[in-house]
Formats: sequence, C-alpha cells, structure tokens
Amino acid sequence: MRKADHPLFLERESYRRRRLMDAARVAPVITAFLFCFPLLWVGREDVPTTFAIIYLFSVWLVLVVGAYFLSRRLRDMPGRTDRTRR
Amino acid sequence: MGMLNVLVAVSLAYVLFLFVVAFLADHAAARGHAKWLQSPLIYTLSLSIYCTAWTFYGAVGYAARSGLEYLTIYLGPSIVMIGWWWGLRKLVRIGRSQRVTSIADLISSRFGKSNSLAVVVTVIAVVGTTPYIALQLQSVTLALEAFAGEARTSAGHNATALWLAAGLALFTVLFGTRNLDANERHDGVVMAIAVEAVVKLLALVAVGLFVVWGIAGGVGPVMEMISQSEIAVWQVSSGRWAGLMFLSAAALLTLPRMFQVLVVENEDERHLATASWAFPAYLMAMSLFVVPIAVVGLELMPAGANPDLFVLTLPLSQGQDALAMLSFLGGFSSATSMVIVAAIALSTMVSNHIVMPIWLSSQGASAMVAGDVRHVVLLSRRLSIMGVLALGYFYFHATGGGEALAAIGLISFAGVAQTLPALLGGIFWRGATRVGALAGLVTGFVIWGYTMFMPSFGPDVFFTQDVLDHGPLGLVWLRPQALFGISGLDPMIHALVWSMSLNALFFVVASLVSFPTPLERLQGAQFVNVFDHSARPGVWSRGAAEAEDLLVMAQRILGPADAQALFRSEAASQGITGYLPQISPEFLQRLEREMAGSVGAATAHAMIGQIMGRASVTVEDLMAVADETAQIMEYSNQLEAKSAELVHTTRQLRAANEKLTQISHQKDAFLSQISHELRTPMTSIRAFSEILRDGGTLELKAQEKYAGIIHDEAIRLTRLLDDLLDLSVLENGQVSLNMRGGTIASVLDQAMAAAGAENNPMRIRRSGAREDVRLFSDLDRLAQVFINLISNAQKYCDAKSPVLTISVREVEGQLVVDFTDNGSGIPKASQEVIFEKFSRVGSDQAAGGAGLGLAICREIMLRLGGQIAYLPGQGGASFRVTLPDALEMAAQ
Repeated sequence: MRKADHPLFLERESYRRRRLMDAARVAPVITAFLFCFPLLWVGREDVPTTFAIIYLFSVWLVLVVGAYFLSRRLRDMPGRTDRTRR
Repeated sequence: MGMLNVLVAVSLAYVLFLFVVAFLADHAAARGHAKWLQSPLIYTLSLSIYCTAWTFYGAVGYAARSGLEYLTIYLGPSIVMIGWWWGLRKLVRIGRSQRVTSIADLISSRFGKSNSLAVVVTVIAVVGTTPYIALQLQSVTLALEAFAGEARTSAGHNATALWLAAGLALFTVLFGTRNLDANERHDGVVMAIAVEAVVKLLALVAVGLFVVWGIAGGVGPVMEMISQSEIAVWQVSSGRWAGLMFLSAAALLTLPRMFQVLVVENEDERHLATASWAFPAYLMAMSLFVVPIAVVGLELMPAGANPDLFVLTLPLSQGQDALAMLSFLGGFSSATSMVIVAAIALSTMVSNHIVMPIWLSSQGASAMVAGDVRHVVLLSRRLSIMGVLALGYFYFHATGGGEALAAIGLISFAGVAQTLPALLGGIFWRGATRVGALAGLVTGFVIWGYTMFMPSFGPDVFFTQDVLDHGPLGLVWLRPQALFGISGLDPMIHALVWSMSLNALFFVVASLVSFPTPLERLQGAQFVNVFDHSARPGVWSRGAAEAEDLLVMAQRILGPADAQALFRSEAASQGITGYLPQISPEFLQRLEREMAGSVGAATAHAMIGQIMGRASVTVEDLMAVADETAQIMEYSNQLEAKSAELVHTTRQLRAANEKLTQISHQKDAFLSQISHELRTPMTSIRAFSEILRDGGTLELKAQEKYAGIIHDEAIRLTRLLDDLLDLSVLENGQVSLNMRGGTIASVLDQAMAAAGAENNPMRIRRSGAREDVRLFSDLDRLAQVFINLISNAQKYCDAKSPVLTISVREVEGQLVVDFTDNGSGIPKASQEVIFEKFSRVGSDQAAGGAGLGLAICREIMLRLGGQIAYLPGQGGASFRVTLPDALEMAAQ
C-alpha cells in the first residue's frame, strides 16, 4: 500500500507547490483589481464614504489573511519535500 | 511654556532611549547574540519607515481635504508586498547575490557597472529625497509649535529645525557609519527603527481609539459623523486613484530608504514572506483611524485649524496631555526614522558614486599604494550624511514650510519613481542597455523637474506666472502643467503620465537600437536569470597582481582583521597555509564582491582593475582570444590540409615512380624483345638470302618459297617500323586529321571488316539501332582505334567460345563505346601500363605485335578530343572509348 502510494504522493506534492507559486503570482493581480474596483463608483453621487471604507478595509483584511496563509506555505518551499499533505 | 519644556525633556529622554537601544543592539550583534535581531518581525517593522511623518500627520490632513484618496498611498505598497513572489523576491535575491549597496549601485551594476548611471540615479535620489527630509523637519517643527500653543517667530522656527537636523545627523553618523560595509546590517539603526515603528503605530492607534470611543462614543456614532461630514460621499477622481496607487507602489521599490531596508538590510529571503502579509497589515492599522480622526477633528476643531496636526491638536484640545505627548513621540519617531535611513542610503550613494570616484581619480595610481582608504570612505560617508541633512534643512529654510505636507510627499515619490523603468527593465529584460537606462532616466527626470518639481515652488521661483500660463517664450505647447497642449488634467497626473510614459518609451527605444557592452550583457544575464545560476560577475584573469598587493589594498578597504581572515580562509580552501592564496579568478571575484559591499560595485571593480593593471577579462578579451584560437585552428587546419596534400602528392609520386620503374623495366625487356623481334626476321631474311645467293642449284619452287619468306619478313619489319613512325608522329602532334561526318555503325562495320571479323571464330555482339549516331571526326583514325581493339580481343581473348560485346551508350552525357570480351581480362598489375609504349601483357608473343597498338589508340583518341581507358570489373578485358564532344554538330 505504502509502496504504491509513494510516487503518486510526491508528484502531488510538487504539483501542489507549483500551483501555490501560481497563486502567489496571481495574488497581486487580484489585489490590484479589488483595489481598483472603487473606480466604478466614480461619478456616482450615492456611494457613501462609510461604505467605501468598509469595502476597502474588508478587502484589505481578507487579502492580508490570504497572503498570510500563502506566505507560510511558500516561505519554506525549497528543501522541504517530506511534508505530507492530504 | 512649561508644557513645552516637559515635551522637550520627554523627547530628549526618548532619543537617549533610542541611543541605548541602538547601542545595545550593535553590541549584541557584535557578540553574535543577534539571533532575535534578525527575525522577520524586526524586518517587517523596519519597513515601516515607509510611513513617515507624512503618514502620521499628513494622512489625516489629506483625508480631511480629499476623502479616501489618502488610502491609495498604502494600497499601492500592499499590492507590491502581496505580489512579493513576482518582483521583490527577485530584487532581494539579486541584491544579496551581487552585494548591492543602494538602488544606484543596483542599476549601475546591472548596466555594466557604469558609474555615470550611478551618478544620475544618485542625483535623482538626492533631488527627490531632499524635499522629503525637509518635510520631516517641518512636521516636527509644526508639532512643537502646536504644543507651544502659539505661532513662534520664524527664527525660532528655523532654530528648531536646525537642532533637529543636527541631532539626526549625529545619530546617523554614530550608528549608520559604525561599520564600513554598507552591505552589512546596521543592527543598531534597524533595531531603533523597529522600536520607533512600534511607537508610532501605538501612538496613532491610541489617538484613534481615544477619538472613536473617547470623543465620538463608539463605531456607530463615528460612522454617523462621517456620513454627516464634508467627505460623506465617495468623490475620488479615477485618474488620481489609479495614478497614486501606481505611484506609491513604484515608490516602495524605488525610494532609496525603502530599497535600503527592503533589499540592503535584508538578512534572509524568507523574511520577505512574513513581510508580505505583515507589512500590509501594518499599513492597514496605520490608516484605519485616519478618517475618524479627520472627521472628528473637522467637527470639533475651530475652523482654520491645520488638519495636518489633528492627531496632535485633538488630544490637546481635550486636555489629554499624556496622549498628546505620545502622539508627538509617534510623529517624532516617524520623522526621525525616515531621515536616518534616508541619510544612510543617500550618503552611501553619494559617497560610493560621487565622492570616491573623484577621490580615486584625483589620487591616481598612488591611491593603491599609500594611505588608509577606509578612513576616506568613512569620512566621505559621514560628510555625505551631514550634507544630505544640510540640504534638507536648506530646502526647509528656503520654502519656509508653507505647503500642505502631502504635496511635497507626492512630488518626491514621482521623482524617485523615475528609476522604476530602469530597475524593472534591468531585472526582467535582458535586452535593456545602459544607453536605454540613461536615456529613460534623464528624460523622466527632466520632465518631472519641468512639470512637477519646479512649478511646485509656485510662481516667481523658477517660473513666472506668465510662463506657467503661456509657456516659455510664448510656446503654448510647452506650458509646464499642460505639455503638448493637453490641459485640464490634474497637475500631478499630468506630470506622472508624461514623465513615466516618456521615460519608459525612451528606455525601451534606446535599448532596442543600442548595443550593450560585453559586461552589460553578462550582468544582464545574471540579473534576469538570478534564480538559474549563482552570481559570477566579470571574470578577472590571473594577472600581474601579486596576492600581497591585493592584501594591502583589501586591508585598507575591509580592515586588516577582515581582510586577513578573508585571505586566510581562501588560502586554506586552496590548501595553502599562510595569508597569501593563489590568485584565482574565483578569488578575485569574491574579493571584488566583498569590497563592493564597502565601496560599491563600480568602485570595487575599478580598484581591482587598477591593481590588476586593468587585467580584467572582458567578453571582448574573451572574444579576441576566441578569434585567435579560431585563427590558430584555421592555420592548423590549413597545415593539416597541406600535409594531407603532401601525403597525397607523395603517394602520387610513389605511384609515378613505381610506374616509371616498371616502364623502365618494360623498356629494357622490350629493347631486348624488339632486338629479338627485329633479329628474327632479319635472321631468316639473311639466312634465306644467303641460301638463294650460294645455292644456285635450288629448284624454282624452293626459290619462290624462300623469296616469299624473305618478302613476308620484310613486310613484318616494315609494319613494325610503320607503327613506330605513326606513334612518333602522333606524339609530336604533327598528325593532320581528315575530319568528315558519318555514323558510328559505319565506322564499326569498317573496323570489323578490316579486322577480319568474318573469318574469325570470335563472335561479335553489337548494340543495333543505338549505333545510329552521327558524328563528325576523323573516322579513319577512329576506325584504326576500333580495329586495334577488335584485333586485340581476337588475339588475346582466351575463352573457349570468345565473344566480344561492342556496346554504344551514353554515360554522364557523353557517348561511349565499350569493347568487352569474355576472356580472363588483364591483370591488375598490367592495367596501369597497357597504354604505354612497348607494353605487352605478360610475355605473350603469339600475337606478333610490338606492344604499340594501345599506345597509338590512346594518342589518337587524345588527338580527336576523346579518350580511351581500361574498364575493370567487366568479366573480361574491357576498353571504353569515350567519343569526342559535339557529335550532333556533325550532323548539321
């Protein structure tokens, strides 16, 4: 059982790692998009500042949390191959 | 006034505390107890110098004036940090592998260690940062005045700023130039900055909490107040929102002080991973309470109060002196940490790229021989720090500190952002060249100065109102704030769009049309592909330098202990005891990189170059060497070809010699044979003629018989002599040809008849219709050749039922006639000589020929423009007669 699992498992690990790097590359694009979203409100008179504040800071918080989890996994990337993952 | 004294006392105590922190941190680092000093947390906190007094005081003022636009200044850097994997990671890796000391060093190093480029970047950095330093001095001065409660005289105003500048210079010199290696962490400074980062965050959050819960009464009421305020509705120009976000993102990468903490002071790449989320979080916390403070300030403070100082004046107005003092310390921290790091970064650049090159060239070669360079470098760096702060003070003094804080900050951002195209192009595009970088930087800098920096002083400083309104010399399209006639834009966006777009355009176009030097291409490959291979910049050749000279120089730059340790470890790694290693290119590279950490890549390269007698191996040299090698290889190829030719010739000579020897032997054999040949008929002629003379009693019949024999022998002799004569005529070229037209078939018929083929047992096979080819030649001579070949076959073919095949065909565009019999052929040894005169196969004399037939054939064919050759491997003797060209012409 273990013998059969091992190669598949390694492959999956390196595959995951690559997708994580992809996510790290996409992250600034998503960030920039979300931060530029308020541009759609330009010219409208009915968007209250409080709403904009709540939107921007919520997005900011979510991105920080996302970046936290991403960076924790990416930080130890090189050299760490033995970590198991479901 | 008593309040002010307490404040000054607290500030001095705070400064003293920072001195102690910095000293202890340096001390701990020196003893190697600095593990916790190099944690990702400290790294992240040190990045907070991005938030200067501009943030601390200015953001509230910004929000009070323009609503949420202030957020862009923090959103931009958040994008860059979250995208660390894409750009910052590469920048940090390059910075560490190339031992980069500043952004000017990085750009100069990338573009072929060009010092002119470093000078341009340094000038941009100094011009862009000076207003920013002035801004810090101004904010602290304003804060002090707010405490004093009344506007003070301008003399006192300036005195405060001067004292502040002097104090900061002292601190920076003390902790920023303790060790020479700018590439080493300034542990003390970084630690002090981290403490200041905590203080300013705490102060702002504390004021924010006080405002929200202490004054407004909770989150709900604050939201209510925001909705009631002047900035209740979202009103941001889309151009400014996107433009400022871009600008602040660019500034995070290009501000000299940010580059210093992000790249130069970075200890471990993994710290970046932590900072990627922690720094945006810090920025978020710093900007969270800005709007509430602004709104509450606008509500509570009297009209006309400076919103830039709400952070300070709000607690003061509520009687919260302790909170106000904390707030002052926060602002003070923001200002001082920025100034300290900016001064270190700028002084490194000024010292490495302007002062040191001038000093080195003024000293000439003697710089390498005498004096301690270290103290010169340190002195120049200290003077540069003082110079930078003095510049900041003079700027402050000159402008009088009137403008809104945010405006100066943005001008500064836009100035240093001009290095962005060269920076990004340098690390992502191998085709970027020095010329391109220079063109882009100068273009961007000039446009920035013209459209943003100079107009920012207002009318009548650089430009008159007339120039601002109608352009210089009445050229409307050159109006500083409406270039090329595009007016109506926000001045900041106008300047940003023109300077950055033309900067990038000139950078790309000039890069595309110029050609990089070899060193640029090497460095370019190393920067762009930094993850692929470890750094190996410009190779040094094992030149004339002695290890001792290098040690003497290294000691002056790195200090005796470090230099000796470096040399000893290198020697040890080479298996040599003592201090003097073999001067390998690897060692020189390592030494150069170590020295680059102290004096910058360009200077280190130049210094080693001086010692090595400019023995640096550039790619040009390598290419020259390669050229030489190629020439040598070509020469040796030629030699080889010549020697092959010689071998070939020798072989031919040997063959010719063998042939000559053989011919000589044959000639000897033939002479004896022809003597025999001639003597045989002569003998019988003599014998029979004697009989006829002496024996008169012979019968008539016998007489006739003897006379017949004599006649026959005479004919044989004549024929032999005829052949010899014929050959000699042919060989001398005296033959006259009787050219006429006819078909091959008729010539062959004639030849067969003459050879007596009718009565011969040999069967002859012919090719029928293919022989029906007309030709124009001496047909009688051609027939002679054919006769010879046919009779030869008749004579020599040893098959039981001899067959001669005469085939006419076209081979490689030429008409050939092959005469092939089914006998045993001609032995290989004889094939070479059968066309020679007097040659006969074996010792066969049965045919009675003199061995002249084939020689005559060859001569005839030569005269006719064709040839005859023996065709081996046809199963029997086979001769190929190649007929002369222009056969068809004969038919016309």
